[in-house]
Amino acid sequence: MNQLVVSVLAAEDPFVSHHWLFPEIGEIIYGGLASVIVIGALVKFAGPMVKKSFADRTARIQKQLDDAAAAKVTADGDAKNIRAALGDIASERARILAEADAQAAAVLAEGQARIISEIAELEAKAEADINAARGRGSDELRNEITVLASRATPLVVAATLNEQAHKDLVEGFISKVGAGR
Amino acid sequence: MSNAKVKAYAQALFAIAQAEGAADAISNELYAVARAYESSDELRNVLSDATIPSERRLQVVEQLIGTRANRATVQIVSMIVASGQVRDLPAVFDEVIALSSAGNDQDLAEVRSAVALTDDQQTRLAAALSKATGKTVNLKVVVDPSVIGGLVATVGDKVIDDTVRTRLDNLKTRI
Repeated sequence: MNQLVVSVLAAEDPFVSHHWLFPEIGEIIYGGLASVIVIGALVKFAGPMVKKSFADRTARIQKQLDDAAAAKVTADGDAKNIRAALGDIASERARILAEADAQAAAVLAEGQARIISEIAELEAKAEADINAARGRGSDELRNEITVLASRATPLVVAATLNEQAHKDLVEGFISKVGAGR
Repeated sequence: MSNAKVKAYAQALFAIAQAEGAADAISNELYAVARAYESSDELRNVLSDATIPSERRLQVVEQLIGTRANRATVQIVSMIVASGQVRDLPAVFDEVIALSSAGNDQDLAEVRSAVALTDDQQTRLAAALSKATGKTVNLKVVVDPSVIGGLVATVGDKVIDDTVRTRLDNLKTRI
């Protein structure tokens, strides 16, 4: 049995090459021709498309580069404008702050002047009121003293007039009237 | 009562006094009654109170002057009180004394004093007032404590005031 197998295996196989590296001559020829045909077809039919594809890609990349450069220029301009605007804003801010400070100072000064004036008026009015009240108090006290004195005086005088005083008053009247004409 | 009515009453009463033949005495007594009426609140209230029966008021008059004055004087005062004209009693009796003075060619000189004057003082005062006014005066002295001291004389429209009361009033005004 074993001998049969060996003999079978030892028989020549048409699909087995005679060399471990190189194919058979025919295969090389047929294979070479097929490769030339395929490569030629590829060069003929796919080459323009590939070439166009590369050209388009190159143009797209160039366009992107140009756009980027333009964008950079625009960005630089914007940055410049922004920097300028920032400078304007800073100066405007400083101007507004200065103006606000000036207005605040003016308002403060005006308010202080008004308050000082009002305080002076209030002080003057208070002083006038105090003087008036003092005057009223003095007048009321004077009137009260006058009333009390006017009530007390007749009683005191009447009590102090003795007979001789009455007589002197009567005689004085007679003399004065008699000498009047 | 109007002034004309006062004068009419006074002329009628003076005519009665003249008819009685004691015009001066009755006039003087009426004058004294008028001053008493003015100075006494109690007398004024009793005589002018209409709620008191007139008989009672006439009794008061009788008790006051019945024994000290002329009968005609008492009757005149009673008539005034009974007629309800007692509020005008001073004005009417002052007019009577004025008529009496005029009848004697005199001017009534009313003098108010805090104290009573002696006869000598009254004589010299009448002479002084006559000299001052140029007219003979019928002096009537009224004791009025409200003048406090000194005298005030009224002769017609002329007033000579030298009372302590007036001096005090002037002082009070100046103060």
